[in-house]
Amino acid sequence: MPQITMLEAVREALFEEMERDPAVVALGEDIGVYGGAFKATEGLLAKFGPERVMDTPISETAIVGAACGMSYLGLRPVAEMQFIDFIACCFNQVTNFAAKSHYRWGAPVPMVLRGPSGGGVHGGPFHSANPEMYFVHTPGLKVVYPSTAYDAKGLLKSAIRDNNPVLFFEHKFLYRRIKEEVPSGDYTVPLGKAVVRRKGRDVTIVSYAAAAHTSLEAAAALAKEGIEAEVIDLRTLQPLDRETILASVKKTNKLLIVHEDTRTGGIAGEIAAIVCEGAFDDLDGPIARVTGLDTPVPYAPSLEAAFLPSVERVAAAARELAKY
Amino acid sequence: MSTNLTPSQHLELYYFMQLNRQLEERLVRLFRQNKIVGGVYSSLGQEAVSIGTSYALEPRDWLAPMIRNIGTLLVKGFKPRDIFTQHMAKYTSPTHGKDGTSHFGDLKTRHVVSPISMLGDLIPVMTGVAIAGRYLGQNIVAMTWIGDGGSSTGAFHEGLNFAAAHRAPFILVLENNQWAYSTPVSRQVPLKNLADRALAYGIQSRIVDGNDVIAVYETSKAAVDECRAGRGPILIEAKTMRMKGHAQHDPAEYVPKEMFEYWKAQDPVARYEKYLTGHKLWDAGKKSEIDARIERELDEDQKFAEESPMPPAETVEQGVYCEGCHTIEADWRRPKKEVMPPAASVEAVWKVADFGSFGTDKPAKSANSGSDNGPQPSLKEPAKTEAEPEVPLRVPFGRGPKDRAFVRESQEKAPAADRRGKPFHKGHRGKPFGKEPHGKRGRR
Repeated sequence: MPQITMLEAVREALFEEMERDPAVVALGEDIGVYGGAFKATEGLLAKFGPERVMDTPISETAIVGAACGMSYLGLRPVAEMQFIDFIACCFNQVTNFAAKSHYRWGAPVPMVLRGPSGGGVHGGPFHSANPEMYFVHTPGLKVVYPSTAYDAKGLLKSAIRDNNPVLFFEHKFLYRRIKEEVPSGDYTVPLGKAVVRRKGRDVTIVSYAAAAHTSLEAAAALAKEGIEAEVIDLRTLQPLDRETILASVKKTNKLLIVHEDTRTGGIAGEIAAIVCEGAFDDLDGPIARVTGLDTPVPYAPSLEAAFLPSVERVAAAARELAKY
Repeated sequence: MSTNLTPSQHLELYYFMQLNRQLEERLVRLFRQNKIVGGVYSSLGQEAVSIGTSYALEPRDWLAPMIRNIGTLLVKGFKPRDIFTQHMAKYTSPTHGKDGTSHFGDLKTRHVVSPISMLGDLIPVMTGVAIAGRYLGQNIVAMTWIGDGGSSTGAFHEGLNFAAAHRAPFILVLENNQWAYSTPVSRQVPLKNLADRALAYGIQSRIVDGNDVIAVYETSKAAVDECRAGRGPILIEAKTMRMKGHAQHDPAEYVPKEMFEYWKAQDPVARYEKYLTGHKLWDAGKKSEIDARIERELDEDQKFAEESPMPPAETVEQGVYCEGCHTIEADWRRPKKEVMPPAASVEAVWKVADFGSFGTDKPAKSANSGSDNGPQPSLKEPAKTEAEPEVPLRVPFGRGPKDRAFVRESQEKAPAADRRGKPFHKGHRGKPFGKEPHGKRGRR
């Protein structure tokens, strides 16, 4: 099997899905001739033509609105946000139009809204965001946030085939940094299923996206100290795989949640509540979290490093927890 | 305005307009009896816009109503019971009580997209519908409505620009009822004619007397034909007047009494009744026959709605997601292989055919290799029609009959001041701006 990056995995998923199903179309800013700001859609236009690969005006509301309309006629549009931060420009279309469509009047919106997200690349306050929780908070949307190339391809295929609006976050720090063997043919990874990346008995670390790699690095460091951390990669935030989280906490009796998103209102709080509701008696210590700070993502590398959850912060929090 | 409508189509237009009006009157009564859960947003005085525009569509075409376009739903085949039950939040309503008013639709047979309360959002959505229809080879036209107030939203402009850039077979009816809740149009938009918004997007526009159902229909029909021929999108401004408050709770005391009086004399149903009588398209017997049919249908459907149950509480969590309850299948009307490689493959380079055109008449043009998005719009002139003497002059918005400048202008131009016979304004893609684009009128 060839080794490919997460970016190539995304591209492969788009190619294969467009080849498989003529109802799959792509639209977004500069996705055609230019191939996308990160080249995730490079080559799509040449192969599938301008009817299926649409360069659009800089108009996020129109992109998402049009994608909703296309989906009503049975297409499966994949709309790109050049950077996911710009999803704020079409918040209304996403949360009021797409999300409520099926509940209100039974009209499914089989649309994928994908784009590069996350910090660590010195993008500053408008090119580094993790806005996933706005959408996790909105019933009717699904939210996917992969951390590996294999998952990115398999989850994107599942997202495209899903009958609901799916927000697909691609952590740009991981785009070209991780490389792994990915099958070149068709396979899917189901939405709503977390995966245990590392088995352990002392503490459960729940994480996703780039922070999952931070957590794994911390777990490797902790192992040298004799602390065996179990690392869960959520992969999908909505629907959330409660069972996998609860089963692990029941085994390790300790929970640390790590995410790059800001602290207040981040998914750590929600997971903490779920564990309190479902496994309170199994807890031997307080639920801990290591997250991005409650600030915009700053530009200067020194500030950004202070903002992001680091291996050291994760390891330190796990060490504290292991003492209980 | 002359029309090719058959006598029975004329009567059908009356049926829909009167059904629209009587249905809403009943909604008002039900509201006063506390049987409506939320609000009632009246389209009194605007029925000709809803009916005349949607009547120009074919069954395969798509529409998305706004809050005052209940009439369009009736034309598309929904029944009064759907409207009653929606307003009364009944389990038997199309949304099973999940949403109210005109907020429902039908993807499969009637091709209606449900509106949301945020104004302008339907414009990009229906643009997407139009683009998808073209992609699938369905040769459809998509239509939606927006108010004078909603024309200030970002979604309006983003949507219209997107539609224009993609030459979507899309019609936007700008229903200028002169009031955005309590704010008159003059305080919202510094334009005499909101149709001028089209100039910014290089698309065709048309202004029509929104209280003349035949004029609305003919204008819409011509626009539908233009769109189907690949010359969309088109903006139609229908000048009309909201004869009630924003919703039932609002007595609209901010509207000058004289304005109501002026427009009451323009009542679209009364005008159309006079038209039918004048053209000998019906007699008193026919009218009472239709009116009785409407009464009967409304009686029956209102009874059905009133006797329907409220949704059971246990359904509250149902339907947030589609978990296999719908099969999604596109209706392909062209061979799929046309959109698959190798047929669809192109050389992915921009071919900029014309540049450095600053100062010339021709705008720069660029296109994907091998597939221009469509022909540059070149307009054929609609057949010249004689202004019909019984149709009063269109009153430019914001200018009443007492406006001296207007009276003078009208006398100079009468009867040609009625613009309905004039060709579409061409936008910048045709020849340079016409000798007298409609927007010039009324300016210094």
